[in-house]
Parts: sequence; structure tokens; C-alpha cells
Amino acid sequence: MDAWSGLAFGFGNALTITNLGWALLGCFLGTAIGVLPGIGPALTIALLLPITFQVSATGAFILFCGVFYGAMYGGSTTSILLNTPGESGSIITALEGAKMARNGRAGPALVTAAVGSFIAGTIGTLGLSFLGPIVVELALKLGPAEYFSLMVLCFVTVSAVLGGSALRGLASLGLGLLIGLVGIDLQTGQPRLTFGIPELLDGIDVVLVAVALFAVGETLYLAWRHMEGKQEVREVGRLMMTKEDWKRSTGPWFRGALLGFPFGVMPAGGTEMPTMLSYYAERKLSKHPEEFGTTGAIEGVAGPEAANNAAAAGVLVPMLTLGLPTSATAAIMLSAFQSYGIQPGPLLFTSQGELVWTLIASLYIANIMLVVLNLPLVGLWARILKIPTPQLYAGILVFATIGTYGISNSVVDLMLLYGIGIIAMFMRRFEFPQAPVVIGMILGPMAEQAMRQALTISQGDWTTFVTRPVSLSILLLALLGLVGPRLWALAARRS
Amino acid sequence: MLRRTLLSTALAAATLPLLGGGARAQQQQQLYSSLHVFIPAGPGGGWDGLGRAIEQVARQAGLVGNFQFENVGGAGGTVGLPRFISQRRGREGSILVGGAVMVGSVLANKSPFGLKDVTPIARMTTEPGIIVVPAGSDIKDLQGFLDALKSNPGGTSVAGGSAGGIDHIVLGLLLKSQGRSAKEASYVAFAGGGPAQAAILGAQVKAGISGVSEFAEQIKAGRMRALATTGETRSLPDVPTLKESGIDITLGNWRGVFGPPGIKPETREGLVKFVTTLHGLPAWKEMMERQGWEDAFLPGEAFEAYLKRDEAATAEVLREIGLI
Repeated sequence: MDAWSGLAFGFGNALTITNLGWALLGCFLGTAIGVLPGIGPALTIALLLPITFQVSATGAFILFCGVFYGAMYGGSTTSILLNTPGESGSIITALEGAKMARNGRAGPALVTAAVGSFIAGTIGTLGLSFLGPIVVELALKLGPAEYFSLMVLCFVTVSAVLGGSALRGLASLGLGLLIGLVGIDLQTGQPRLTFGIPELLDGIDVVLVAVALFAVGETLYLAWRHMEGKQEVREVGRLMMTKEDWKRSTGPWFRGALLGFPFGVMPAGGTEMPTMLSYYAERKLSKHPEEFGTTGAIEGVAGPEAANNAAAAGVLVPMLTLGLPTSATAAIMLSAFQSYGIQPGPLLFTSQGELVWTLIASLYIANIMLVVLNLPLVGLWARILKIPTPQLYAGILVFATIGTYGISNSVVDLMLLYGIGIIAMFMRRFEFPQAPVVIGMILGPMAEQAMRQALTISQGDWTTFVTRPVSLSILLLALLGLVGPRLWALAARRS
Repeated sequence: MLRRTLLSTALAAATLPLLGGGARAQQQQQLYSSLHVFIPAGPGGGWDGLGRAIEQVARQAGLVGNFQFENVGGAGGTVGLPRFISQRRGREGSILVGGAVMVGSVLANKSPFGLKDVTPIARMTTEPGIIVVPAGSDIKDLQGFLDALKSNPGGTSVAGGSAGGIDHIVLGLLLKSQGRSAKEASYVAFAGGGPAQAAILGAQVKAGISGVSEFAEQIKAGRMRALATTGETRSLPDVPTLKESGIDITLGNWRGVFGPPGIKPETREGLVKFVTTLHGLPAWKEMMERQGWEDAFLPGEAFEAYLKRDEAATAEVLREIGLI
């Protein structure tokens, strides 16, 4: 089946009342769990796995894909409104999104996230339908050495979030790297910084740290510093995007989508790296750099949110074309294939063409459903900000606590949430930026593992990073990103 | 716990009316009105899958009235194990699903509790390991791979799961069989099957070791070449086992059922009877076929003896690798 006839067949199959019902249920569930920090799409699909004993394969996978895409939409909502990211791909969205909401621009931030998710989700799904097999063959050429170089490139983006003092910013980054070290080392099996606590052996969840830093820290800081003073009720502001907003969002949407999709396809890529790169690119390209980190820039929401959704679609490419589970969600979906007696692998498209194309068609449908479902909700969501500050922040605290406990039912996680929250409170007091902590925590362990894998393969030869052409090019790009802007500024000052 | 129960109940309530009743199989005499299943891993993994399969078959056959699941994941089962031991000690109607991975993680994490602290009921399934090379590799067969290991272990990079896991142990045993030390292995650990498979498909490493089902489809599609499997008998018709190639290594990722510590002999007997009846059902055979599991049923005392041997062999290799 070629792509066109496959899609035609898929749409014919997906557009039945039952299958549309599964898609709607999935989108609804996905949005709901995306909103809750901690409970992600992987856990939700895992909890839904027993239905594979009763429901047809088509119905089950449409439901799962709805949950998967829905979670990506829902994750941005709480990032923007409450500074509480629901999943790791939305952490970067919180940087500008929460600032926009605080300055009465919650509506436009939510709309640009929803429309951007729709555009990027559609581009990603188009990529999955037409380019999948080609892109994945290219992605296989990347080894640990190239991944390490990519992560070095992503580290450059830290410079965009360092804030006023480089020393404070780098100290934050160091804290993130330190937290990232906790747990069993993958390459040697030795526990690091676990202090004999078994719950720490698997490491600390990045969403937990983001919620602790952004939401809990902020709440504690407000409770500490603003005991008295006037009650301010925040302005909700206008809900729709202005003409200017549309103009400023379009570029980031497309750039974010084009950045996100290939990262999603890479077996060791994921959704976090492209959101960071997109944020960095938009900050450098924006005509309003003064809004970044202060009043909140719409580009900083549009770009990363698009990158996140395009990457989510990209993750499905290695899963469907090669049977490779490259994320927790994909791994659980693959185990669902197995409960139908379908062995996912390179032959899936040929042996299960009907199922795969129905699934892809339902992704387009889910995307449309989600934007239709989410746009009218913007007004409702934005109203949350009308709640007076003390009640709102008390609510956020409850919400963050419940969500965190949901990850693992573990008291240790709750103690971590509040422990890191207290550190974040002091960080706010002494003006240490929080974003570098999260970036260090995400990139640090990935970079370390990739580096050690590359060095094991090369038998300890460090030149492997510069003798492989792709790796070298990425490293040069990182160098350019680091010194380029400075040289540019120097040259501009001279002339 | 409440949160997850609420969520799953809500999900079940949302989906159940749409499902309708499954076909009723022949009814058996009910052995438990309610059975508590403790999974020391998150939902969606292999142990969770075995637990849910037991639920599915036992409930339809009428062996058990209803099931409660408790998932406590983390650190290869060593986070959940102490909780099961302390909360369920001496109590009836409760089982734990675990397996080979736990033997290694208990040793490597120096966990104060191990599988010796729970009551072995039965080994249910196993998945042998498989050794593969990229399709374009110049290593053609097992002998070629062994020669490479013998002459240049450092240059023969092998991809697999986390360090100290079953894949790593297989490589360690192979090195030992060639008169080398497990410490010399050039083992590249990957988190999760996807990135490891990608590294083999992209020929970033010389070879790979994992469970048979992980690689079976890639082999069928001609993207990987299988050298040997680690089971007692062949898992794939054209791929020899290590044993028939003259290397005395049999190892599998087995999964099984345990009871709480300190239960009465008749409670244990009851659980053994339950899994034996379950294993005898045609529906169980169907389930295993559908899931692609190999039958490795071994109940009671025999399972206990097997566990002791498995633990000793694992400890020896881990010690040599330098993990314990």
C-alpha cells in the first residue's frame, strides 16, 4: 500500500462512529492527564492495557494515540497558567508562558500553544505518513558520538536562560547536573548519591524537579515574602491573539515543527532537546528580545510547544517503521501490539498495513478534535487566574502534591518535592535562575551516558567525536552558537 | 495508592459499558473469592503483563472472584519487595509477580531483602536471550563471534540493557567460556530496547544481546543476523542454542509467582494448586501463544531449588564483573 491509498483506506476505516468515539475518549482522557503533573501518557496507556483483552486492535490503538496526542496538548495548559509543567516536553513552555499569563496574556499564550500544537502535530503526522521510512534510516546512522555532540549543542541554549549573572546561572546549572547524577549508573550498575534510599536508585523524575522549582518554590516564596500587602486580582486580559500575535507566532510554529520532528524520530532523541533548541532559536531571532524573561514573549511559547508536538509525532516513526520503542509511551504501545499477537518490527507496515494506516488517519482526526476541544476551553482555563493569589497558590500546591504522589505513590517523592521547593524558594530570594537546573538535569545524564557509550565503542579514543563527520559538524555548530553572537556584537560595535 | 485506584476505576468505568461481556469459558471451582496481586514494577512491563494475564484467564475460568492489583515500581523490584514482605507477611490470598531481573538487582543493590524472603510458588514463563550482529557484519556465526571475543574483547563492543542485567551476564559467561574474564567486556549499556536496537541496526556496535522477542522481527526482516539463543531448546528454528554449540550456558529471563513470607504450608499448597490449575487451562496456553511467552512451568520445591542455583550463578558473574 503506498502512502496515498493507505491514507484513503485509513480514513475510511477511522471515520466510523465507534472509532471516532474511541478517538474522542482518548483525546479527552489525554487532555485531562496532561493537565495533571506526574501522570503522563505512558502511565495512562499502561493502566488502559487490560482493555486490549476485549477491544479490537483498531479501537484500542486509536484510543492510545488520542491519549498520547491529548497529553501533549494538556501539558502546556498548566505550564502556562500555573507554571506547573504536566510532562517533560512542556517544561520549556512554562518559561515564557507563565510570564505571559502573569502579565494578563494567558489567553493568547494558550491559543498560540493550541494552534501551534495543531500545526506541528499535523506537520509531524504528515512527516510520519510520507517521510517516515526515509528519515528513520538516516537517524540510524547516528551513534552515541553524534548524540553526545547534539547534547553539547543543546547545552549552548543554557546561555539564553542564565539571567543577569553568569555565575548564578552556572551555579544553577551545576545543581541540575548534580541532581541528574542521582541513581544507578547505567554503564556500571553502581548507585550514585542515593544515600542508601532504595527509592532514589532509579533517579529523580525531571517533572518532579520542574514542578518543585517552578510551582512549589514560587508558592513558598510568595508565602514568605508577601505576608501583607494589597490583594491583587490578576487581569485575565483579552483571550484571542491579536494580528500582531499571529504574525509573531507563525514563524516559530513552523520552525519548531521542523526542529521537533527529526528529534522525535531519532532513537535517542526525545521531546526535550528540540524544545530547548527552539526556545534558544526564537530568543535569538525575535524582534522583541526584551520581552523574553520579563513580560513573556509569545515566540517562546509558540516555538517550543510546536517542537514538542512535532517530536511526539516523530516518536511514532521508529515505532511503526522499525518496531523500536524510543520512549516510555512507545514501549507500552508496543507491548499492546503483542497482546494482539502482532509482533511489531520492520514488517509491520506490510503485514499490518490496514491497522497502521487506520492509526495514522486517526492521528489526523485526533489532532483536529483536540484543537476543537481545546480552543473553547481557553476562556474557561484563563478564568483560573481570577482566583485571588493566596487561594490560587494554595490550589497549585495541592495540585502539585497530588500529581507528584501519582507518579510513584512514594512518600520519598513528596519529600523531594518540598525539599527542592525550599531550595527553589531561596533561589528566588537570591535571584538564582531556575531554568538552568532543569536543563542541566535533562541534558547532563543523557550527555554523560552518550559520551561513555561512545568511548566504550571507540575503546577510550576521544578523537571519535571529531573524526566522525556528523559529530564534528554538530560540534562546530555548537561552537558557532556559543561565540557567534558575541563576535557578531563585537563586529557591530566596531562598525 | 488512592489516586491510582481512582484513576483506574474511572478508566474502567468509562470503558466497561462499551466492552460487553467476554465469552464465558468453562467454569471451574472457585479457589479464591479475591486475590491480591503485588507487582514490584510499574504498569505496562513484563511482570505487570504476567499478572494481568493471570487475572484474565483465572477470572474467566471462575478460579478467582476478583483481583486487586498493587504496583510499586523501582530499582528492578527492590523498592516493592520490602513493602510486600512487611505488609503481607503470613497473610493468605496474596501473590507477588517477579522474575530473573530481581535476582540480579537484589544482589547489585545490596538490598536487605531478597527472593529468599518470599515463598516460591511457581516459575511460569521464560524468555531466552539471543546474540545478534548487524546484517552487514563480517561475523558470520557464533564461532566467529567467540573468536572475536577471545582475540580482542575490548574491540568487540556489545549492546544490551543496563549493566549487571541478564544481557550483561550472558556476555560475561561467554567471555569466561573463552578463557577471558567478564571484566574485559566492552559492554555498552542502553536504557530501553529501542536505543539498543537502533545501535545494532545502525552498526554502531559489533553485536547485541537481548531477549529473543526483542530482536525476532528484525531477524525475520533480514536486518540482524542471529548467532545463538540461550535457552534449553531452540527458540527460533534456524538458530542454534549455545548448548548445542558446545557451550554450557543456559539462561533465560524467567518470570514467576511468589507468596508472602511466613505463610502456613496449606496456604502455600493452595497457591501451588491455583497456579497448577491455571497452567492446565487451554485458555492459558492460548494466552501464552498470543503473548509470545515460552512455557517454563516449574511449581513448588523444584522452583525453590532452581532459584538457589540461579542466584549462585548470577552472584558469581556479578562478582567477576565487579558489581558486588
